[in-house]
Amino acid sequence: MSGFVGDWHALLLLVLAGFLPNEIWRMAGVWFVSGVDEGSEMLVWVRAVATAILAGVIAQILVQPPGALASVPDALRYSAVVFGFMVFLATRRSIFAGVACGEIAMVAGKWWLG
Amino acid sequence: MRLPPLDSPSWQSPVRAFAWGLSAITSTVLSLVLFATYLGIGALAHDTHFSLGWVLASTLLIWAGPAQIILITTLSSGATAVQAAIAVTLSAIRLFPMVVSVLPMLRMPQTRRRHLLLAAHFIAITLWVECYRLLPHVPRERRIAFVQGMGCGLVTVCLIATTLGFELAGKLPPLFGAAILLLTPLAFLLSTARNCTQISDILALVLGLALYPLVAFFHTGVDILISGVAAGTIGYGAHWWRRRART
Repeated sequence: MSGFVGDWHALLLLVLAGFLPNEIWRMAGVWFVSGVDEGSEMLVWVRAVATAILAGVIAQILVQPPGALASVPDALRYSAVVFGFMVFLATRRSIFAGVACGEIAMVAGKWWLG
Repeated sequence: MRLPPLDSPSWQSPVRAFAWGLSAITSTVLSLVLFATYLGIGALAHDTHFSLGWVLASTLLIWAGPAQIILITTLSSGATAVQAAIAVTLSAIRLFPMVVSVLPMLRMPQTRRRHLLLAAHFIAITLWVECYRLLPHVPRERRIAFVQGMGCGLVTVCLIATTLGFELAGKLPPLFGAAILLLTPLAFLLSTARNCTQISDILALVLGLALYPLVAFFHTGVDILISGVAAGTIGYGAHWWRRRART
């Protein structure tokens, strides 16, 4: 088993520190959901919380950018996303157009700034 | 790509439904975002001296980008397994509301819990978003097979991306790296915005974006959870209040 995956120790670490602590929340969801009705009010709340958590993930990457994104100035990062969102609205909600234009705006801005 | 109408004979076999799910991954820009994210994860694993097989196994078993990045960075910085496990599990709590909100769309009265396990494993941000978009166009009895098809397709794409990223590590220009990292917030923002139809979701998205920087100021370690539960609850409150005002 050495070589491709690494040793057994590394694989065990992956299962114990990565797979199980992550998967437990999915399985908890499966267990929890069996008593919940599809039209239930609680699902409206759960869905809103999931949406807001995702919004938090988005905000985190923009506010505290990881890796190479940190080299892009704050103002440029935010304007690229706002521009992408405006294109999305202007193109009758085309995600592709919005993402492409936002990316082009960031790359062009970064290139122009040097 | 267009899915066949709900009463089409091509939905009669679960295998065909699986194949429709598999091909549905070509209909979303999020596949591209995942591809780019996993290029980054492959490169990160290479730079921190994990083996290719190990990082491929992590993609297959964990199937959540943030958890994989956290696991790799904490382990390589010399943290203990317990510290890594705590960091991973905190990041994974968000999977719980996603699974809880998607699974009722897959279920039939006769569905057993074990039939949902594989579909639940595939649920992460991308599949959560795509389920809301695509499942209304899939007959209910074929939804599990369809989601399994999408999940298998997305995992395959990401295994390829992980391998490519591992091999290309250090050879990519920095501007390309920045562009890859911007893809995630941009694509998730737009695809969530498109899915938001109820007042509760719209408010949750807007408030979630606004509250996070405020909460992050306090460095609690669970900032995203706090801002998420708060913004989601306010969003739900607005929905509840409007419903009450109507009746």
